[in-house]
Amino acid sequence: MKGELEIEVKGLNFYYAGDVHALKGIDLAVHKHGVTALIGPSGCGKTTLLRCFNRMHDLYPRNRYEGEILFQGENILSNGIDHIRLRSRIGMVFQKPTPFPMSIFDNIAYGLRLKGVRKRSELSEKVEKAIMSAALWDEVKDKLNFSAYELSGGQQQRLVIARALAVEPEVLLFDEPTSALDPISTAKIEELIINLKNNVTIIVVTHNMQQAARISDRTGFLMLGELIEFGRTDRIFTNPSEKLTEEYVTGRFG
Amino acid sequence: MSIFDEELRNLKERILKMGLLVEAAIRDSIKSLVERDVELAREVIRRDHQINALDVEIDEESIRLIALRQPKAGDLRFITTAMKITTDLERMGDLAEDICERAVELNEEPPLKPYIDIPRMAEISQGMLIDVLDAFVRKDTSKAYEIIKRDDEVDNLTVQIFNELVFFMIQDPRAVSRAVKITYIAKYLERIADHATNIAEMVVYMVEGRMIRHTENQ
Amino acid sequence: MNRERIRKIESLAALSLSTLAALSGLFWLVFILGDVLVHGLKALNPGLFINDPVPPGAEGGGLRSAFVGQLLITVSATLIGVPVGVLGGTFLAEYARGRGISRVISVLSDIMVSVPSIVIGTFVYAVVVKPAGHFTGWAGAVALSIIMIPVVLRTTEDMLTLVPWTLREAAFALGAPYYKVIIQVVYRGAATGILTGILLSMARVAGETAPLLFTSFNNSFFSVNMNGPMASLTVTIFQYAMGPYEGWHTQAWAAAFVITVFILVLTLLGRFLIKWRYRG
Repeated sequence: MKGELEIEVKGLNFYYAGDVHALKGIDLAVHKHGVTALIGPSGCGKTTLLRCFNRMHDLYPRNRYEGEILFQGENILSNGIDHIRLRSRIGMVFQKPTPFPMSIFDNIAYGLRLKGVRKRSELSEKVEKAIMSAALWDEVKDKLNFSAYELSGGQQQRLVIARALAVEPEVLLFDEPTSALDPISTAKIEELIINLKNNVTIIVVTHNMQQAARISDRTGFLMLGELIEFGRTDRIFTNPSEKLTEEYVTGRFG
Repeated sequence: MSIFDEELRNLKERILKMGLLVEAAIRDSIKSLVERDVELAREVIRRDHQINALDVEIDEESIRLIALRQPKAGDLRFITTAMKITTDLERMGDLAEDICERAVELNEEPPLKPYIDIPRMAEISQGMLIDVLDAFVRKDTSKAYEIIKRDDEVDNLTVQIFNELVFFMIQDPRAVSRAVKITYIAKYLERIADHATNIAEMVVYMVEGRMIRHTENQ
Repeated sequence: MNRERIRKIESLAALSLSTLAALSGLFWLVFILGDVLVHGLKALNPGLFINDPVPPGAEGGGLRSAFVGQLLITVSATLIGVPVGVLGGTFLAEYARGRGISRVISVLSDIMVSVPSIVIGTFVYAVVVKPAGHFTGWAGAVALSIIMIPVVLRTTEDMLTLVPWTLREAAFALGAPYYKVIIQVVYRGAATGILTGILLSMARVAGETAPLLFTSFNNSFFSVNMNGPMASLTVTIFQYAMGPYEGWHTQAWAAAFVITVFILVLTLLGRFLIKWRYRG
């Protein structure tokens, strides 16, 4: 395990508009590089927690944070934070593949252009690198000008991952990335995640315990907004400390 | 209770059944020795195949459960423990068989001496088996730790028996054949106790998730 | 007779009735179009587009001033109406989404779509023509744009709302500010729909007469001066059809034919766009 801490969550409480207390006193540490999985029954707050890391909640009025999230030592919940810059360092992949209505090339270049990259040669190079990292190059190398909608679901999701990778983020957040995909595409994406983890810190929310067991190094189990247990994945699945974790993991509830 | 829970309960019952068969085999093997009952010895040898059949059955069921149910945490430790316990039990059954074979051979000659220590060893080893099965069912780790300690007693008795038999062998060369065979029997009983100790260590793993095999401190 | 036979008879009856209704509706449509086609084609000649109107009875007159005027007024109306409509629809769909004010504007917009165009014409007369003291092409353009705006606005709002919210979130997650998300992602996704809305609103105003009567009025002479009265095809058709001269009637048929074809082309273009965009 790499020793360095990428993200530290300290006493995080989160309230949705209307004072719905969605996250209660969360403390956890995400190590640099490697995959951290967040599991738990529906409504436990795992997606809510994930969306705190790139402050997606700020898009909607009256959401409220308490506590700190330290990203490389800096508290990203403070008021002076530049959201735009934060989101280019902490990327996100959603449950449903969401390619933009543009060509494959333009999709992946989107983030780069946002950052101000203009030179065609630099764009081409970075786009190619990103598509290769997403294990999609062979399938689209001749089709870069085609509309992104012509790709299959699994390919679109890999396209979206390439798009997120193009800006070379330090952290990549995955919100149930394979729940809309067939088993073969799922396997490809899981393999991709495992390959990516050497260069990117990855946090995955999944409702599929098997997936968490397959791809993650550390796992956090949440229930009703609380972090019940957090630790190495192999230990969580062979000998968890908390009774609730044991019950969830052995399928006795949820 | 889900199907899986049913299957786990079933597996546990089969292990207990196997354990009881082994316990009976050990008891009867010593009985056949002490009472010089060749028929009983032969019967125990025949009954060994039941023990072997259960060993295979439990292994296959365990593998099936692993493949189909993807057990985690406590369930996973239980099933893997089950597979290891049956290996130990099956070996114990084979050892009882070996005792019987020596008993048959010994019956062809007059008795060397009254059996005192052998039955005592057997009683301790049997007790360890019964208790470890109980600890397994009730997930009683303190009992398991205590069983592990008893192994020392068995080891001491082995040495004692060996020394006594050596004395006999020096006294009378015609006693060597019988003495050696009795030494074997003591060895078998010591091995039986070792296997019971292994099972106790696996019970600790199953309950606490710690591997204490091959470590010194208990 | 059993239930199945009854059902079959009922089904047949319903089918026959609806076919009859469709056919009768189609009949009138074909009749009208056919009439316009026949009469219009007869009168169509190149001179129509090159020459200006001449006094009745004289030979060789054309409708150049009307064609040019119609074009100028329609294009101006589009240039005024489309930006207002698109931006308004964007406001409703993006910034005011879910808020009370968006519902109010939406409903008002729907009402405006149904306002009689002559009412809009008199309104613009009072507000633009009277202060200016004379009819102007600009007033005509304004009147037409007022008719266009609610159509474009509602279409834009609907098309933008159809773009899934997750698409916007994906753009945000890459670090885009809201305005870029709208321009670069949402507009692109809704482009076809919005364009179709624009084309259809143009087709709508191309055939309007009443609002122009009070605003741009008419002009027998060729003029490109929007500050004065301007000729238009629709008003010309009105004028010529009501007149006693045979020559006028012929030209009116020709003008009607051209307008019909124009609207037909615009509408077909709009539908074709949608089909092409969402093929497969």
